[in-house]
Amino acid sequence: MASWPILSLTTFLPLVGALFILALRGEDETIKRNARWVALWATLVTFAVSLILWWRFDPALPEFQFVEKHAWLGGYGTYHMGVDGISLPFVILTTALMPLCIVASWLTIENRVKEYMVAFLVLETLMVGTFSALDLVLFYLFFEGGLIPMFLIIGVWGGPRRVYASFKFFLYTLLGSVLMLLAIMAMYWQAKTTDITVLLHYSFPRDMQSWLWLAFLASFAVKLPMWPVHTWLPDAHVEAPTAGSVILAAILLKMGGYGFLRFSLPMFPIASHDYAPMMFALSVVAIVYTSLVALVQEDMKKLIAYSSVAHMGFVTMGIFAATTQGVAGGIFQMVSHGIVSGALFLCVGVVYDRMHTREIAAYGGLVNRMPAYAAVFMVFTLANVGLPGTSGFVGEFLTLIGTFKVNAAVATLATIGVILSACYALWLYRKVIFGKLEKPNLAGITDLGYREVAIFVPLLVLTILLGVYPKPVLDISATSVSALIDGYQQAIGAAKSAALVK
Amino acid sequence: MYQTIVFLPLLGAIIAGAIALYGARLRFAGDVAAAGHDHAHAAPHDADHTHDAHDAPQEPAALGSRAAEVITTSFLFIAMVLSWLAFARVGFGHYDERVALFGWIVSGDLKIDWALRIDTLTAVMLVVVTTVSALVHLYSVGYMAEEPYRPRFFSYLSFFTFAMLALVTADNLAQLFFGWEGVGLASYLLIGFWYYKPEANAAAIKAFVVNRIGDFGFALGIFAVFMMTGSIDLDTVFAQAPALTGKTIDFFGWHADALTLICLLLFMGAMGKSAQFLLHTWLPDAMEGPTPVSALIHAATMVTAGVFMVARLSPLFELAPNAAAFVTLVGATTAFFAATVGLVQNDIKRIVAYSTCSQLGYMFVAMGVGAYSVGMFHLFTHAFFKALLFLGSGSVIMAMHHEQDIRKMGGLRAKIPFTYWTMVIGTLALTGFPLTAGYFSKDAIIEAAYSGKNAFAFYAFLMTVAAACLTSFYSWRLIFKTFHGEPHDKEHHEAAHESPPVILIPLGALATGSILAGLPFKEYFAGHHIEEFFRESLKQSGEIVEAMHHVPIVVVWLPTLMMSTGFLIAWHFYIRRPDIPVELARQHDVLYRFLLNKWYFDEIYDVLIVRPLLWLGRLLWKGGDGIVIDGLGPDGVSARVLDVTRNVMRLQTGYLYHYAFAMLIGAALLITWFMFAGGPH
Repeated sequence: MASWPILSLTTFLPLVGALFILALRGEDETIKRNARWVALWATLVTFAVSLILWWRFDPALPEFQFVEKHAWLGGYGTYHMGVDGISLPFVILTTALMPLCIVASWLTIENRVKEYMVAFLVLETLMVGTFSALDLVLFYLFFEGGLIPMFLIIGVWGGPRRVYASFKFFLYTLLGSVLMLLAIMAMYWQAKTTDITVLLHYSFPRDMQSWLWLAFLASFAVKLPMWPVHTWLPDAHVEAPTAGSVILAAILLKMGGYGFLRFSLPMFPIASHDYAPMMFALSVVAIVYTSLVALVQEDMKKLIAYSSVAHMGFVTMGIFAATTQGVAGGIFQMVSHGIVSGALFLCVGVVYDRMHTREIAAYGGLVNRMPAYAAVFMVFTLANVGLPGTSGFVGEFLTLIGTFKVNAAVATLATIGVILSACYALWLYRKVIFGKLEKPNLAGITDLGYREVAIFVPLLVLTILLGVYPKPVLDISATSVSALIDGYQQAIGAAKSAALVK
Repeated sequence: MYQTIVFLPLLGAIIAGAIALYGARLRFAGDVAAAGHDHAHAAPHDADHTHDAHDAPQEPAALGSRAAEVITTSFLFIAMVLSWLAFARVGFGHYDERVALFGWIVSGDLKIDWALRIDTLTAVMLVVVTTVSALVHLYSVGYMAEEPYRPRFFSYLSFFTFAMLALVTADNLAQLFFGWEGVGLASYLLIGFWYYKPEANAAAIKAFVVNRIGDFGFALGIFAVFMMTGSIDLDTVFAQAPALTGKTIDFFGWHADALTLICLLLFMGAMGKSAQFLLHTWLPDAMEGPTPVSALIHAATMVTAGVFMVARLSPLFELAPNAAAFVTLVGATTAFFAATVGLVQNDIKRIVAYSTCSQLGYMFVAMGVGAYSVGMFHLFTHAFFKALLFLGSGSVIMAMHHEQDIRKMGGLRAKIPFTYWTMVIGTLALTGFPLTAGYFSKDAIIEAAYSGKNAFAFYAFLMTVAAACLTSFYSWRLIFKTFHGEPHDKEHHEAAHESPPVILIPLGALATGSILAGLPFKEYFAGHHIEEFFRESLKQSGEIVEAMHHVPIVVVWLPTLMMSTGFLIAWHFYIRRPDIPVELARQHDVLYRFLLNKWYFDEIYDVLIVRPLLWLGRLLWKGGDGIVIDGLGPDGVSARVLDVTRNVMRLQTGYLYHYAFAMLIGAALLITWFMFAGGPH
């Protein structure tokens, strides 16, 4: 493995593509065309390389694999990368969705194509980096750096209220990152290292765990987002261009969940245990509250954004239940949500590109003109509802069954979300797709083109495949999850017996 | 063989679905703008929603309609033949089997496989599902002949059959749940098949959501089972169940008896799927779907899934007498309640729908008192005569040119004699006329209720006896108002004609079943051969069956007496003195309206649940998110910050620079920190 730094290759290949695009010269039209093709090939090759990761990954080992470690910044920092069963699914998810995003932006982005593609490729590097960094400083750089291209994507290519949206986004994340930065410094002060692999086995004093945990929470809760710091998400989604929404929902949100799994749970187990009731409460509120809010939305993207918050509630609930099923379910739910919500935003994009409105009331009866679109939208709606046989079910089911063992009341309240999701998702579908086609301006609307079909087919296949046969994802993460849970239980057990001795 | 039975319908569904999609794509390949224009003006809206489908867009049949019909229907007939073979092999040859397919969800100690569980209980359901489904497929070829989107219809029908088969062959609770929600999806799609009808859409969503409320309980039941036994595999759970007696689950601070809680939660799912009292409101509305759908899904198969579930989980319910008593209570209440509503309805399909609801109540009464095999018997016979009544109604509706109101019918006996006679057979079976199928199963339930030991058994006995009279009344009312007397709509009456053979053959087959499904099977379901027939697939104590055989002679004859009374009243009201019911309705206006409006359940739910939830949603959105969170958080802060930044630089870049700046400072701080604190090396 030393011969081929395959993880770095996955991480930085998109950056190479971005440099290529920056170097493009010539006529405007040629640049646009070449920028698109370069971006597509860069993301495709990256995806192919990441598949090698998946193929050569040994799911039986709990350790980090494909590890690379070099001194950096004149010996004061370390370039340390590696993936385990928890991070690998997210790496693959990122590389898999990127080519689809590029294709989805093929014709819809007409201004500053070159810059747009560069922003996406840089974003990909930073996202993959976030999931594979094994050093706190490196993680921080990737994690926070990822927001810059996202800002640009919303701020430059976004809708009319993009200024407000990106400002809101900024305020929330700034608060979170400042606190996380302080926590990172404190961790270094205490443990004298920023190496995540070492920190994972370092036990911080109980009091300190609380503070560190809360500081990390500030950052991750905003990112995920959890209630009540979720209000930036609907606005950001509404203003972002389609592919931006896809990446935001599918991957950027997952950084929060990944953060909980990589830092909060293993590094601060006692604090995680102590704060679990709070996390349960916030999760349940998120699920029920945002589902109710989703019921009354008038904008398609906002509805899906609110449903995202609700689905992320299942993730936090499962993670902090700290059972094998809860955590594995949380990971699966994130992967599944990445696919399904990404696809739903693409579905909105399809009609937005044609009619330039996201208002639910502006549509109706699309099935009469767009049968293939109706079929595709139906599958993803059902996956969003968590119908067994789709990937959405497996995640919800596992998180709930894992939580019920720990706290039946929380799982019960969260299950209400399953009823509400059926209400808002089917209501949306009915308003947009079913009915007679009565609005005159919709009469000429066209069904999915071949490019759109090419985007949806892989997502459809994954949604159903993972629903019927979720083993590939569950198996990759199984060993790492059980190692995580074992470590957590040991720490809790030790803390409890220590408390008894006192 | 079993794989073929289950997956052949799925294959058919996929093929028909592909044909439907391909045809739809072709349809819109041409000049989209021009074609779209006149489409938008087609299909004038018709407000009268009792009409079945005549405001359908006038379009030519989709490409490959015939191919889709032939493929799905012949696949179903193959599955049917194999199912009867399986029935003989398992029921009489005693070959139980477990066909492992592949792993599904594995996480820690939770291991769920896809597997087919084949025992007598499953075999009975296989026969019911595939037989009715095959006949309904055939019937639909005729009934849907004018429908442009037939491939889609047949795809849904076959998909439903697959999901239902997956349900009845489930080897673990998750797979049961898969089939459970799968049939729910199929039901949603089929109720909303005519997607241009707003009522159909509303009914489809209502069906799905109300079922989801039941599934909420079902899911929690699964979680509780996993918590207590560490498995959701049926065999493992059943093996561990006896050890659970006396254990409790902490549920919202209430130390609930584990088995009772589990059974109640799981039963909640059954209440939703089988449209039991409180969760029944979706079933009458589901009649917005095409009539063959009502026959297959909302009469013979899907709605009986709840009954099947309780039977399947009989080893649990046997250990939870309180939960079983609750099942009895709900079943008995539903049996009576739905029958009262059925008395005054005027839509031919809704009468049959309430009848279904009521009959499902009967089945649950049997389940509740522990006579599982008897409940299954009624499920088995009911499938035939209720499907027959629905398909017969469909034939009537076709003859009346999509008229569903029985007040506008009358005198159809001579016009459509075959339909008339088959419907009479169905009605005889439903009301329990001696020697028809329903006679054996329904009377057995009433006897079981009388012999039952739990707290609500006698209540159930009274309710089911009363409902027997009501059933007979509303069933004959339907027959008399539809087929006898003077025609009320001359124009439609003149044009009425008998349906084509493709419709009459299924009617004839089901009529035969309605007569023959009783006597030959009586000993196996409710007699002396129960044990050797069902073996381990049901856990039923011999006592109840023994007690049933020794009930007083009065109890044996009471249902027949009730049936005759109902018939005589109906005959008096609708043949001899048609003025009496009108007069009665006027005199007891409040009661009449109460029944006609179905005890006002829809209105009550709307006021108590739907509106408050939407109001709450708006409040949380505008108030919670808008005023509280954003007001105190970002907007408040941003208002301050904006004042400052506005003068400094252009806004949208401003934030970015701020952010990048903050981050860089952060990174710089970090690095400086390490340098001063002594680097890691």
